[in-house]
Amino acid sequence: MIETIQETENYISSFASFEKSRRASNDSAWLNELRRSALDSFLRLGFPTTHNEEWRFTSVAPITKVPFKLATDARDPGSAELMSFTFGTWPGIQLVFVNGTYSATLSSNPAQPNGVFAGSLAEALEKQADRVQPHLAQYASVSEEPFAALNTAFVSDGAFIYLPKGCVVEEPIHLLFLSWGEKSESRVCHPRILVLAEANSQARILESYASLEQGVSFTNAMTELVAEENAFVDHYKLQRESLEAFHVSTVQVQLGRSANVSTQSISLGGSLVRNHVNAVLGGEGGEATLNGFYLVNGRQHVDNHTSIDHAKPHCNSHELYKGILDGKARGVFNGRIIVRPDAQKTDSKQTNKNLILSEEALVNTNPQLEIYADDVKCTHGATIGQLDAEAIFYLRSRGIDLESARHLLTYAFAGDFIHRLKIEPLRLALESSLFARLAEGEEER
Amino acid sequence: MLEIKNLHAGISGKDILQGINLKVNTGEVHAIMGPNGSGKSTLSQVLAGRETYEVTEGEILYHGRDLLEMAPEDRAREGIFMAFQYPVEIPGVNNTYFLKAALNAIRKHRLEPELDAMDFLKLVRAKLKLMDMDESLINRSVNEGFSGGEKKRNEIFQMAVLDPKLAILDETDSGLDIDALKSVAKGVNTLRSPERAMIVITHYQRLLNYIVHDFVHVLSVGKIVKSGGKELALDLEAKGYGWLEEPVSPVR
Repeated sequence: MIETIQETENYISSFASFEKSRRASNDSAWLNELRRSALDSFLRLGFPTTHNEEWRFTSVAPITKVPFKLATDARDPGSAELMSFTFGTWPGIQLVFVNGTYSATLSSNPAQPNGVFAGSLAEALEKQADRVQPHLAQYASVSEEPFAALNTAFVSDGAFIYLPKGCVVEEPIHLLFLSWGEKSESRVCHPRILVLAEANSQARILESYASLEQGVSFTNAMTELVAEENAFVDHYKLQRESLEAFHVSTVQVQLGRSANVSTQSISLGGSLVRNHVNAVLGGEGGEATLNGFYLVNGRQHVDNHTSIDHAKPHCNSHELYKGILDGKARGVFNGRIIVRPDAQKTDSKQTNKNLILSEEALVNTNPQLEIYADDVKCTHGATIGQLDAEAIFYLRSRGIDLESARHLLTYAFAGDFIHRLKIEPLRLALESSLFARLAEGEEER
Repeated sequence: MLEIKNLHAGISGKDILQGINLKVNTGEVHAIMGPNGSGKSTLSQVLAGRETYEVTEGEILYHGRDLLEMAPEDRAREGIFMAFQYPVEIPGVNNTYFLKAALNAIRKHRLEPELDAMDFLKLVRAKLKLMDMDESLINRSVNEGFSGGEKKRNEIFQMAVLDPKLAILDETDSGLDIDALKSVAKGVNTLRSPERAMIVITHYQRLLNYIVHDFVHVLSVGKIVKSGGKELALDLEAKGYGWLEEPVSPVR
């Protein structure tokens, strides 16, 4: 315990000055109370150790050892620099955040018709508290998850997206989070996103995370996505921060009756990455899709912990996580599926497939099914394998060289994830990252 | 074109080929027959360059060059094609994409211009017709979910597109119904030319009813024990392989 206290000391002092500045800006009492109680949870829980079953394969010790400073200032990237993170010209709403703080000048946020709101969470906390308060921190288990608690303790800015009843946003919304640190000072930020999709609304949202600078940074992001009756939300999270970055994220999805949410998590960057994606099917006839892709090399460590809670009958869930690991990279997948006693007619399918390109890469995969209903269909499967030697020979025997054959098969492995991405610029960016990474890998070989 | 001299080869320490001698000239069609375990497939895999097989003795010359020194893709680019006994399923790799990449790798090696999508499609359509193949097959993943017959047709179709100088058919006839067998044979016969040589490896005489071959060799326990004209295949069909148990010196 003593060890835990020392590690959290830095956050306690950060919180003290943070709280002081928030009180000075006249934040509402409920918000300050929420933060204070989240901090208490965090201090009670401490940083997890590998003795905790949920953290068995992922040690966060490297994160706890860095005296991160809470990012309060930021620099604006130039337009050319920004272009490299915005997929050229983004067709729809694009909100840009530097170290978790909304930048109106960098964002492209035309006024939306029909009461749709997409903008800064800080602004929404001030002007639309009646809409935010009932949902903020109401879904993720802030009292049990240390990183969710930590994010909530420091909640101040990020994105708020509000889709009123029946509203359809045609173009995808891009939330771009840029982390900026300096060599001399490592910074932490806690971006927060709240998506409230009312009945029959529809949107496609991409969160992407990138670094403005090389250097150690820590992003502790948290997204809460509420899809009310028959809402349709297609959500993507692209993490391509620097190879020195630490990244912990929580995506908490709450589905109402007949709601349909798919969330895709893509991890390319970061030295130590832990993603939580939790979906609760809280109304009959809901459908949740949790897909993921990780492409790691060197000493990268990526851990995806997912949970799907079938709380009501007649819900479907699909889960496909695919990983490509090279070098000494380490992957962890834990897929928990809970089927509650009255969640009859549940149909759930989970798949985790890993492709190992080197001798030293390693994966731990663990399906975790807890089924308390009897009339359900649940399947799961996990594979860890290398490129098929027979297939490589087959391609070579037709004149395709060894390197191209390896690339073709690696791309084919990723194909069934990549082809499902419905945002074209994202799909193209992922393809080019994959090709670039493959070429690097060949050079090292 | 191809000269195999005293070839010894095996897999994981087990000797399978024990001194194969064979000479194939341009324009010739050779049938190699033999019972299970005689080394037919080992021979075809060694010719195609499968690294799991180890050559312990002997040499193979292809147009005077040491074939065993060449990587599988270089052999293919120099005009060797093997139709697999068990074609590999490759999920996620589109048949058309794969074949275009292969053809253009070979054309590049031959210093010919690469084909664009339009010209490639034209070529592919012509060859599909030759093989009585449905166009939908080539838009699927390589061999994935294909029936046995579709896989074998796909092999001959690839051969037709890649236009090799030396084609090796490894038991392409095994497991085929008569219609599939006929279309495979039709493909092979159409591709027969004075510029091309073929080695047809088979367990059964049946395919040889449809493919016009010049020579038959009988493989037994890793050696060619008998060579002859096409009548030899009929003898084998009538008498089985039993009468060959006494090794006979190869006929040249």
